Amino acid sequence: MDTIPYTVKPRSDTGLYNAKLGIWLFLASEVMLFGALFSTYIILRVLGQDWPLGSTILNVPIGTVNTVILITSSITMVFAWTSLKKKNWGAHKLHLGLTIGLAILFLIIKGFEYAAKFEHHHYPSESTFMAIYFTLTGLHALHIVGGIVVLGYFFGPGAKMWQSDPDRFTNRIEIVGLYWHFVDLVWIFLFPVLYLL
Amino acid sequence: MGHSQSFWTKYVFSTDHKTIGIQYGVTSLFFLLFGFVLMMIMRWQLAYPEQPIPWIGQWLGDARAPGGVMLPEFYNELGAMHGTIMVFLGVVPLGVGCFGNLIVPLQIGAPDMCFPKLNMASYWVFLLGGLVMLFSFFLPGGAANSGWTAYPPLANIATIGQTVWILGMVFLITSSLLGGINFIATIFQLRAPGLTFMRLPFFVWGQLVTAFLLLLAFPPLEAAGILQLMDRVAGTSFFMPSGLLISGEVPDVSGGGSVLLWQHLFWFLGHPEVYVILLPAIGIVTEVFANNIRKPIWGYKLMVYSILFLGFISFVVWAHHMYLTGMGTAISAFFQATTMIISIPSVIVLTCLMISMWGGSIRFNMPMLFALAFIPMFGIGGLTGLPLGLAATDIYLHDTYYVIGHFHYVVAPGVIFALFAGIYYWYPKFTGRYMNEFLGHLHFWPSLICMNIVFMPMMIQGLAGMSRRMYDGGAIYSHNQGVLDWNIFISMGAWTLALAQIPFIISFFMSAFTGKKVESDNPWQATTLEWQTPTPPGHGNFETIPTVYHGPYEYSVPGASKDFTPQNEEGVK
Repeated sequence: MDTIPYTVKPRSDTGLYNAKLGIWLFLASEVMLFGALFSTYIILRVLGQDWPLGSTILNVPIGTVNTVILITSSITMVFAWTSLKKKNWGAHKLHLGLTIGLAILFLIIKGFEYAAKFEHHHYPSESTFMAIYFTLTGLHALHIVGGIVVLGYFFGPGAKMWQSDPDRFTNRIEIVGLYWHFVDLVWIFLFPVLYLL
Repeated sequence: MGHSQSFWTKYVFSTDHKTIGIQYGVTSLFFLLFGFVLMMIMRWQLAYPEQPIPWIGQWLGDARAPGGVMLPEFYNELGAMHGTIMVFLGVVPLGVGCFGNLIVPLQIGAPDMCFPKLNMASYWVFLLGGLVMLFSFFLPGGAANSGWTAYPPLANIATIGQTVWILGMVFLITSSLLGGINFIATIFQLRAPGLTFMRLPFFVWGQLVTAFLLLLAFPPLEAAGILQLMDRVAGTSFFMPSGLLISGEVPDVSGGGSVLLWQHLFWFLGHPEVYVILLPAIGIVTEVFANNIRKPIWGYKLMVYSILFLGFISFVVWAHHMYLTGMGTAISAFFQATTMIISIPSVIVLTCLMISMWGGSIRFNMPMLFALAFIPMFGIGGLTGLPLGLAATDIYLHDTYYVIGHFHYVVAPGVIFALFAGIYYWYPKFTGRYMNEFLGHLHFWPSLICMNIVFMPMMIQGLAGMSRRMYDGGAIYSHNQGVLDWNIFISMGAWTLALAQIPFIISFFMSAFTGKKVESDNPWQATTLEWQTPTPPGHGNFETIPTVYHGPYEYSVPGASKDFTPQNEEGVK
């Protein structure tokens, strides 16, 4: 008895394989992390003397473009997983590559947006609005970077597992997909809260 | 794997839960001792203010103690780091990282933790966090000195040590996050055939609820840490209110933040953290009790439901740490009500344990002595908490030595005694030898007496109005003069308590080589699965996967051939 059971097949009474439970638990903790930061936003805004309208400071069209990019990347992520289920390796490669490309595009656009803010001397220290804007979007961008690293690993060296253990590799893509959808979901909350409201 | 392991993969970068558990255990015991040493230096200053510290005073350097006399800043450093180290690097990693890792997979009949590599990462990130904390003592301005609670705006304007403290905390939070995920997944996914939830040993239940608290309560502290880091590094004003003056000058920040925001985020972690500390300890006490009273635990299901309820309620009591922040009476009434409610499950658990003893033929061995001492000590700690949970009395007692006495009764003679019970109880499983009985008594009795010498007078000082965090022990205030002499008494008790730990340290190392050998793989004649393994358990733990037939505490079953029926034996119908 040397190996851990239920790494590929679900356990019958919980209906989950190990890593799937693991990622859901991780996402629960992420909800608490971003939940605390969104609560911070609410408290600061309620306490604030005058809170600016996000659309007067931030660039709404750029934010909208980035929202579309992330939602598209979520769709390609799903296709990357379903094509593995259909044993279509070429389609998987294409969609995983697209997901990574869109994620990088998101970061590039975000980088230009930050640069424009710094150019006009808008720093986090300017006001509590700018502070929470940079903190929330910065932490979200770090999550995107983490996603790119993991997706890149499965696109590159990690893809070898498809030959040795295709079921486990499919599970891994499903799990990184769950994480990726969560990161998108955070942005879908971030965008209206910071840019529109 | 498991057949050609090198020294490094077997003992250092191991993914085996038992090796990781022992690594956690040794590291956290070191940090407990280190945190205790910090406190012993502080106790000198409190008992003999402004007098040179003997022996070690000369080694502290002019920045900390010129001429051996402690500076106030250094006293603050010691206070903040004592709290941080004891909670985050001592008690929690010993209860969760060490005992959870060692015992949970064995008690549920699993070959290892669910994610062995994450488990290894969890230990190394924890160690990194600990080293960062130790390193911060050598920074200019020293380690963090704004208390373990790091309240702004003081913490915002503190020396660089505070920034490093936040970084260390981020490592420790990451470590416990990895651990929490791993424990929950392990307990849900890797239970042996037949081991349903209501057949789990109570210790496993304690670890499960603890893991959920770690998972859900720590992220808000991480968020708070990020915000404080932004305040300190990027000059933001999350915790800097408008109109704040520092040394009579307006600080160069935008303002508009809230100092109470930090307190809410911190205590949202801080109160569940109390149960992260407590539940593994109660789990250990229950295991030791069942084994040594040779009877089933009375009200096992009631205890399980109690700690589940306790886990939920612990998320809605946090503001009872904040009655003095000017909250309205409606909010205060809510938190007083939840605080009174949360005391009920703890009382149920203690009552069940005491009823369990009724009519048992109790074996007074070393684990049982520590577990028995836990009950009244934790009881005192819990009951003295009630006046702090009610706003009217808390307004008087807040931030006095009464608070210090209260929570130390819970953690020091309470939880740490339970952890000692666990060490004495499970030591034979992993070494094949008992810990020395004579040294055990030499450890237990002086410790029990000294713990009370140290913490009981603090209640008296606190009721007299003596404030905590006073560099001179409160000597400058006239209202403290009547209780100042207790400071010397307490300090003597603390130093004697340190001497009482020497037999334990000797026994801990020596018994592994010279202790009495165990007679069998199940020396305490216990029922739970960890004793059904070879001694010590090899890689993969069980030779064959055990099948579980009944609940965890089938002692003295009528009609059975012996007075214990292990969970994997079918027993009488």
